[in-house]
Amino acid sequence: MSGVWVVVEERDGRVSRISWEAVAAGQRLAKLTGLTVNAVVPGAETTAPAAEVAVKALGRVVRLEHPLLAAYTADGFLLALQQFFAAEQPEYAVFPHSYQVRDYAPALAARLGEALIGDVTAIGVGPEFTRQLMQGRLNGVYRHMGGGACFVSVQAGAFRADAVEDGSAEVSVFSPAIEAAQIRTRPGERYRGSAQTVDLGSAQRIVSVGRGIKEAENIPLVQELATALGAELGASRPICDNGWLAAERQVGSSGQMVAPKLYLAVGISGAIQHLVGMKGSQCVVAINKDPGAPIFEVADYGIVGDLFEVVPALTEAVRAAKG
Amino acid sequence: MKIVVAIKQVPERDAQVRVDGAGRWIEEPGSQYALNEPDAYALEEALQLREQHGGEVVVVSAGPERVGATIREALAKGADRGIQIECGDLGARDALSVARLLVAAIRPETPDLVLAGLQSDDLGQGQTGVILAELLGLPYASLILHVEKTGAGLKVKRELEEGWFQTIELPLPAVVTMQSGGNKLRYATLMGIKRAKTKEVRLLRADALDTESTPVVVLERVLLPTKQKTTQMLTGTVKETAAALVEKLKVEARVL
Repeated sequence: MSGVWVVVEERDGRVSRISWEAVAAGQRLAKLTGLTVNAVVPGAETTAPAAEVAVKALGRVVRLEHPLLAAYTADGFLLALQQFFAAEQPEYAVFPHSYQVRDYAPALAARLGEALIGDVTAIGVGPEFTRQLMQGRLNGVYRHMGGGACFVSVQAGAFRADAVEDGSAEVSVFSPAIEAAQIRTRPGERYRGSAQTVDLGSAQRIVSVGRGIKEAENIPLVQELATALGAELGASRPICDNGWLAAERQVGSSGQMVAPKLYLAVGISGAIQHLVGMKGSQCVVAINKDPGAPIFEVADYGIVGDLFEVVPALTEAVRAAKG
Repeated sequence: MKIVVAIKQVPERDAQVRVDGAGRWIEEPGSQYALNEPDAYALEEALQLREQHGGEVVVVSAGPERVGATIREALAKGADRGIQIECGDLGARDALSVARLLVAAIRPETPDLVLAGLQSDDLGQGQTGVILAELLGLPYASLILHVEKTGAGLKVKRELEEGWFQTIELPLPAVVTMQSGGNKLRYATLMGIKRAKTKEVRLLRADALDTESTPVVVLERVLLPTKQKTTQMLTGTVKETAAALVEKLKVEARVL
């Protein structure tokens, strides 16, 4: 057995931000368990990201390299990590909860007779792993059983990238055996959905609307408030899925990541995927009829009430204040 | 094309969440259960593929007796038949164990395509579809918005982070997990509801499927989330709260 292994992802030759958060989680787990923490960087050419993590407090850093890992495929990553873990026998494998990890980590765990504890927000003594349930309205505390490897992925923003401790680690290379014929899927180039005309990422104020608005016809109610505040209009996923607002206005992990001065959430319950996209906002206001809605957990100001009454009153009050 | 869709019954989104006495799960929300939303999109994709290319759509679901209602709902929307895996301990099983149950029901069907929603609204693990592929030994693609059948296989549109997409080609048979929002969901018609009553639903008992069920991961307890911030809740008449909020945004938060 060889301790805790953090799987580090590279993005454009650099260690991705969420991977640093996974390293921080790995270091925490190592402290709790008394194990050493190491990092593995899968890819076709990993010299640069491996060098980046090698100056952190890690036991070893391994470049898991093969030319067939140049473009991500589940088959390629599964074969590479399966062989690497067979050689290293980790007690814990820690992943960033990225779209890529969501794609292969459950299968990797299953291949080894394990189950992933995914999207973890906290690691406690035990170790116990906390993750959200019921769209964020409930927390679940999980524990790994048996003697095999425990697979954990950590949610974006749950651990602090700047908390990663410095040190130095020895770098080595592991070359998995992968045949081109074993890769069954053919990935194409990444592309943008449509031309961006709204840049929520740089907006100072955003008023976002969610399921609570009930019908497309009611959206102008929220638009008026946004206009009065000089804010951009954003939305949660269901609104864009229904075609009530353009997809580019979607805030969350699959839409835009925003960090305005003011984020006003109207009729948004606050599913994890939405919160990840806006919790960097300076001031969050939530208006929702359900006092138990998870959006209130990240709100600075909350109003429990019927948005169809609250929003027009608020628009009036903003207009009055601006004179 | 023969398509199997794995579906799950989950508490309705608006259902009250109360932790049960043992602190292990939530109190059963009475009759407030619904078809998991991403699974509804998986079903919709399957029905559209059948409309274009012919074939059969079979839905499979595991859970207690009440799951039958959700299977009937899928049949009313147009699925051809259903398989219900009666399983009283779904909550005590981890993702791997649940997938093993589903695989025991799916494998004998030898489908061309297995579809599943990318995650459930209750546990939200987002693993079942991917594990199904691993256990069935099939190529897969996850987080898919659209499936197109090509000559020998599939061309799928995958969602990536922050507004990016990717096209992936894969051979059949395959497993695909569907993201919400790629299609418009259909409603069951009156005729559909009537027809669903005569469609076949085969009952399988979980213990008779004899799959490995010792969990490697357990949900030990559930609790209501603690606040990450101190929230000032504003109360009073609508007019008062609106005025109070504007004042606070100006003076305290200084964001107006």
